[in-house]
Amino acid sequence: MTRREPGSAAGGRHNPLRDVRDKRLPRIAGPCGLTIFGVTGDLSRKKLMPAIYDLANRGLLPPGFAVTGFARRQWTHQDFGEMIRQAVTEHARTPFRQVVWDRLVEGVRFVPGTFDDDEAFDNLAATLADLDRVRGTSGNHAFYLAIPPSAFPVVCKQLARTGLAAQGDEYWRRVVIEKPFGHDLHSARELNQVVNDVFCEDSVFRIDHYLGKETVQNILAMRFANQLFDPIWNSNYVDHVQITMAEDIGLGGRAGYYDGIGAARDVIQNHLLQLLALTAMEDPVSFHPAALRGEKVKVLSATRPVGPLDETTARGQYTGGWQGSQQVVGLHEEAGFDPDSATETFAAITLEVGTRRWGGVPFFLRTGKRLGRRVTEIAVVFTRAPHLPFDDTMTEELGRNALVIRVQPDEGVTIRFGSKVPGTAMEVRDVTMDFNYGTSFTETSPDAYERLLLDVLHGEPSLFPVGQEVELSWQILDPVLAHWAAAGTPEPYPAGSWGPESADSMIARTGRVWRRP
Amino acid sequence: MIVDLPSTSTASVNRALVELRERGGAVALGRVLTLIIVTDDGEQAENAIEAANAASHEHPCRVLVLARGAKRAAARLDAQIRVGGDAGASEVLVLRMYGPLADQGASVVVPLLLPDAPVVAWWPGAAPKVPADDPVGRLAQRRITDAAAQRNPGRSLDATRRCYADGDTDLAWTRLTLWRGLLAAALDHPPHEDVDAAEVTGAGDSPSTELLAGWLRSCLNTRVRRVHAGAGGGISSVVLERPSGPVKLVRPDGRLGVLSQPGQPDRTVPLARRPVRDCLAEELRRLDPDEIYEAALHALPAVIGRGSTSGRKARS
Ligand SMILES: NC(=O)c1ccc[n+]([C@@H]2O[C@H](COP(=O)([O-])OP(=O)(O)OC[C@H]3O[C@@H](n4cnc5c(N)ncnc54)[C@H](OP(=O)(O)O)[C@@H]3O)[C@@H](O)[C@H]2O)c1
Repeated sequence: MTRREPGSAAGGRHNPLRDVRDKRLPRIAGPCGLTIFGVTGDLSRKKLMPAIYDLANRGLLPPGFAVTGFARRQWTHQDFGEMIRQAVTEHARTPFRQVVWDRLVEGVRFVPGTFDDDEAFDNLAATLADLDRVRGTSGNHAFYLAIPPSAFPVVCKQLARTGLAAQGDEYWRRVVIEKPFGHDLHSARELNQVVNDVFCEDSVFRIDHYLGKETVQNILAMRFANQLFDPIWNSNYVDHVQITMAEDIGLGGRAGYYDGIGAARDVIQNHLLQLLALTAMEDPVSFHPAALRGEKVKVLSATRPVGPLDETTARGQYTGGWQGSQQVVGLHEEAGFDPDSATETFAAITLEVGTRRWGGVPFFLRTGKRLGRRVTEIAVVFTRAPHLPFDDTMTEELGRNALVIRVQPDEGVTIRFGSKVPGTAMEVRDVTMDFNYGTSFTETSPDAYERLLLDVLHGEPSLFPVGQEVELSWQILDPVLAHWAAAGTPEPYPAGSWGPESADSMIARTGRVWRRP
Repeated sequence: MIVDLPSTSTASVNRALVELRERGGAVALGRVLTLIIVTDDGEQAENAIEAANAASHEHPCRVLVLARGAKRAAARLDAQIRVGGDAGASEVLVLRMYGPLADQGASVVVPLLLPDAPVVAWWPGAAPKVPADDPVGRLAQRRITDAAAQRNPGRSLDATRRCYADGDTDLAWTRLTLWRGLLAAALDHPPHEDVDAAEVTGAGDSPSTELLAGWLRSCLNTRVRRVHAGAGGGISSVVLERPSGPVKLVRPDGRLGVLSQPGQPDRTVPLARRPVRDCLAEELRRLDPDEIYEAALHALPAVIGRGSTSGRKARS
């Protein structure tokens, strides 16, 4: 008896040409189209359009795929096509191929209008219906809201009014949204409400592009496919965990977006808490989306900040200085930024995970702009060996063992442990053992957006946080934000450094130090 | 960097590799497999190395090229080590064997295999009769042949079917992946009807056409007819007959495919013949037995209309 897999959209009906053992078959999406709001934005040009082209180039988009743009511009379809082409030639990962482009551009449409313009949305509905007819998109449409969240309510309402958000038995409608998912628990609930009023939770795809990264998915493979790590993955052996996302860039250009939001909301609430969830969660019973999300929800619901927040958190604002070899201005001198702003560009917090596995293990999370270098990593730092049969002088240079998951750049895993220094004396010093994703696997792994877009078109939800995860994350962060809002201001730190002094003291008070990534 | 070691021994080659690693850190340790390319010396060898270098960006590997030189000569091994920019993300060892040594490829590669890493053997040109019994083939978990490169592609497929062993695979099969993906995707969506009959048309000398027919036959368990078009150009069309009308995937010009289904507009897709480097990268992605390929091979005799010209080489 052969094992067959039902076709993805076949609702239990067997597709005779599919077989779970046939691992070569590419995951080509079914007939569908993608509608993008905010096509003139940064996200569309730098991420979405290149990802669409790269997917097409890899043969993973369905024949007849359609891309519809909506914006307040008087453009023709050709103008829009030209704009995509520019975005693709500038930012795509794979080489430009005329045949692929020619096919793709046949399905490009543009609808001009503003979000409150009923006629424009009627026009959009007509355009999509026409695509169903001439391109065979079969009524399957995804709507990508690459627009500020303040515009979500009106766009959702328009999609509902025109019937574009209505699901059918034979076709699907999905909506894709980007961070920020609100600015606190209350607003996140409101936003979820706005979206869920129109799209049921199953058809909402929240992008956290970190989850589309190979290295992040590799956390699960490393933890759950191996016997080596699980026995020590708990408070018996782990002393603490550090999760860092450092950027070397400042706010040039994005000041408007950032002011009033800050590093904690922009990065900790989503990316870092997702990384924490993947690092700390129990093993899911299967890789079924529901099982995976269930475990993430569990661990997030057990996570809370450690107090007193005055001593366990830190925040800062970068000042002018030398970022490596380049002289840069401070936050207050950035164009378009309120010189009196109290928005933090560096945030660090201490969390605890109240489970049997993690009780007593602090999780230190930090993120910031204009830090020493661009790096994202998870460092699991182990306790010292309970007894060292060496003299103190022999182990002076021995630190704690650590396992570091390097998320970006230079993706891979580093293990740090002690080793004998060559020579006659018994002297132990830290060495590292490296696994480098780039040299063991593909050099050009697909971009996170490729993976995530394809998952949206397939209706595969594993890599997208559910509304509940978003709300739990805010629940974790809100007390810290409230504490910061109530008193004090961010502490200045020079550009190119690793953050303000308070960041060092918050970890030093527990007898630990930050790794220099 | 290219290092030539004329008239050498495998021990010296190994020593040179270690030296290179220590000196330049050039030869990294992250290799995931050893790829042995068995070929005749000359252009074929260079083309194969080029494809392997490209594929190595996805699968960093040690490439051992066994280039058979003149047999009527004294036994001699000339080696060349290529690392860094000259070797993609791999390290390439070209081993030119002369005289009696030319037939001892397996013995030559044994000391040079990466420890504990899988071994893949690839014959870009003429393949051994039974790859799994070949001395080099026996070292490998996966053996890649190319039916299209054999003197008689049709007959070679039949031979492959008779002596199939787990781990065998063929680039004529790899070239089909996109066709198969499109056809499977077309049947993912309603109406979910049975396929009553299928027809695959392609060049008389196209083993991919045969394998596509075999695959359909093995999945659909229905009448599958193979129709011969003129020589060259590979597969030209597939038709799946269903009660509501046929699903057709047609590639008239060898570049663009047109997918048509009842009640839906025609859709075009780029469907050019895949370059060898892509096929090789796909082959290296999985190292377990390909049961689907095996089933497709075994279904070949049940395909109608095969054989009329498959015994004759029809390529012009
Ligand atoms: N850029 C990123 O890498 C990134 C990363 C994560 C999340 N995000 C999120 O993704 C969304 C888009 O980001 P972005 O960086 O692309 O922003 P952006 O560059 O500011 O672009 C915003 C887009 O929305 C359109 N828009 C704004 N208000 C509108 C209105 N009232 N009516 C019609 N169109 C309107 C703009 O059109 P006009 O050109 O007509 O103004 C523009 O196309 C935001 O929610 C952002 O937070 C972005």
